[in-house]
Amino acid sequence: MLFSKQAPRENLIVRGARVLDPAAGVDDVIDVRVDDGMIAELGSRLDPNAHRVVEGEGLVLAPAFVDPHVHLRSPGREDEETIASGTAAAAAGGYAAILAMPNTDPVVDSGSVLGSLVDEARARAEIPVGFLAAITKGQGGEELTEMVELAEAGAAGFTDDGRPIVAPGLMRRALQYGAVTGRTLAVHCEEPTLSRGGQMHEGAVSAELGFAGYPSVAESVMVERDLSLAAYERRPVHVMHVSARESVEKLRAARDAGVAASAEVTPHHLCLTDEAVRSLDSNLKMNPPLRSSDDRGALVEALRDGTIEAVATDHAPHARHEKEVPFEAAPFGVTGLETAFAALYTNLVEPGLLRLETLLERMSAGPAGIFGLPAPRISVGEHANVVLLDLGASRRVEEADFRSRSANSWLLGQKLKGKVRLTVAAGRVVFEG
Amino acid sequence: MAEIRVMRDDLLPPASTERRHLLSISDLSRDDIERLLATARSFARSLEREMKKLPTLRGRTVVNMFYESSTRTSASFELAAKRLSADTMSIKASGSSVDKGESLKDTALTLGAYDPDVIVIRHPQIGAAQFVARVTKAHVVNAGDGKHQHPTQALLDLYTLHEEFGRLEGLHVAIVGDVLHSRVARSLIQALALVEARVTLVAPPPLLPRGIEAMGCETSTEIESIKAADVVYVLRMQQERMQAGANYVPSLREYTARWGVTPERIRPGQRIMHPGPMNRGVEIDPRVADAADALIETQVRAGLVTRMAVLYDLLTTGPVGVKVQTLHEVA
Repeated sequence: MLFSKQAPRENLIVRGARVLDPAAGVDDVIDVRVDDGMIAELGSRLDPNAHRVVEGEGLVLAPAFVDPHVHLRSPGREDEETIASGTAAAAAGGYAAILAMPNTDPVVDSGSVLGSLVDEARARAEIPVGFLAAITKGQGGEELTEMVELAEAGAAGFTDDGRPIVAPGLMRRALQYGAVTGRTLAVHCEEPTLSRGGQMHEGAVSAELGFAGYPSVAESVMVERDLSLAAYERRPVHVMHVSARESVEKLRAARDAGVAASAEVTPHHLCLTDEAVRSLDSNLKMNPPLRSSDDRGALVEALRDGTIEAVATDHAPHARHEKEVPFEAAPFGVTGLETAFAALYTNLVEPGLLRLETLLERMSAGPAGIFGLPAPRISVGEHANVVLLDLGASRRVEEADFRSRSANSWLLGQKLKGKVRLTVAAGRVVFEG
Repeated sequence: MAEIRVMRDDLLPPASTERRHLLSISDLSRDDIERLLATARSFARSLEREMKKLPTLRGRTVVNMFYESSTRTSASFELAAKRLSADTMSIKASGSSVDKGESLKDTALTLGAYDPDVIVIRHPQIGAAQFVARVTKAHVVNAGDGKHQHPTQALLDLYTLHEEFGRLEGLHVAIVGDVLHSRVARSLIQALALVEARVTLVAPPPLLPRGIEAMGCETSTEIESIKAADVVYVLRMQQERMQAGANYVPSLREYTARWGVTPERIRPGQRIMHPGPMNRGVEIDPRVADAADALIETQVRAGLVTRMAVLYDLLTTGPVGVKVQTLHEVA
């Protein structure tokens, strides 16, 4: 389900780092030896044995990150992102695997479109990438795609991301039929007659700025509907980019009742509120929108207690000229692959809102589990998927440093703590910074 | 103080060290408002003279960019600049390169290349004035951006109220109608809050934005509540937003029956204001619009001196709003 270019695997020793793999219960200052891309030995003062040595003293070595929600804009908008540039950006962000959304042009709704993406990934992807296919043809919300064929062609899951599945009957059919593929169904929850025209969260800030509101209830009524359908069909469902407290509450109740629901949340929803929109900066416009501080608090709490098990960037590159317009005319979406860890470390871990161990788990094993991907592990016999983090280092987010083809980041100019020094994905060093 | 400076015919504006804009009432302090109103009053006196033109902004250039239709705002900005001896250029969206698909950024950069001192912009999108302020070197005046702000309208309304009542603090203003889609209402609520006047918004529930009370106003859905106010400020019912199926109100007919401002619904002595253009017989009964207590024409006259004061203030005196964030991708 994951594809990347073939390249020689590394022989490597990371020496003296704090090795922190919360899922494996490891937290120790030790050396890690990688032979031919596989983790071969953990221990003190390992013999370099002609391996390349990476000094890790004072740094944290953790399982590399997994992003379940990325827009690679290919095919159709290669000016904004390509498989090569998007996976390079992911490598710089500490990721060892990402999943790309199918809302491209054309939509990934047939074996042939998916096949061409798989070929492209095998030729150019810097890190393993998987592709979600559309649930409905053309993401039109009317006819199911040939899900079995798509799964056989390598689809990692199914979604109509960017659009909701409006008709409840169709959503039910997708849950029923999707079962034969064994893949996860991921839903973008938005009731379109409630969100229509909405530019930002509906509340005191939208009232003052004059923007048409996109109320939190537009999300939560669809979350509730999809959880009800998933419960009725006894099928798992993954709720993407949760933004509202009410949605969190529905999720928590459904999981308590035994529904196999999973959920993800973005760094921007965890760090910002609708107050930020007062700047009218178009890099603060995304769907779902930034919500109130009460919603943000609920999201942080849900990430902490596991109601939401994954951080997803919803990395959404946009061409410069399309964002350099008044807020109201700008498209929805911001980038995030290259800044996710530092943004969350700076805004949640440093102030004591989230433990580092929890963040690492929610950026790696959590998202991997949702889509049945192998979770990166730091233990002997595993493929080397690791990230070396310098928690003490800070840097200013600059456009010139991005590997993404787009720079519509909400963090431009900000100083962030927590720097990725090295990323090893599938046994290959893919980033050094 | 301002009067003396304005009356001096040899006055030349000092070089400004900081680029200032008027983008939103929320950027202003009460002192800013009082200074602007005092300047406007001194201009009103100067306009009573036979020779109405002042040399104050001689050699300055004011560009008007109007992306939406406008009568009074565009006319009064143009006349205000001319009364102060500035050179003016007016660009309308239709008939310009905007018709050919030119972006707002490129149009602003093109006009900016002529080094205008002030760009006055009206645009249908929220944030357009802030955007132009980011990409050009001119002082920018927001003449209306979507449903967001129309700060010079609020200033001329305060000027009108002060002329009529001799004070602003403690006045009670009822704003009636389509608050949801009104930039006039947003600017006016903020301006009245700054001068410590009391504001009650009166509208059908779907036209009252959720959370608007945080701006420091009361809300009501009952038209009877306008009776308690000193001033009834009637908003235009924007017919283009009231098409069948939009369902903000079932029909204009029902709106008029329930919320129209009629002689029976006001009390004697209440002053009536309206930002124009009016829909007589919809939000306002013609008898109310034409009554002696209506200040609607006074508002139009106030527009000229208030906009003169804004242009003068931006190019000469203390800080008007400067809360423009840097857009990093703009070099």
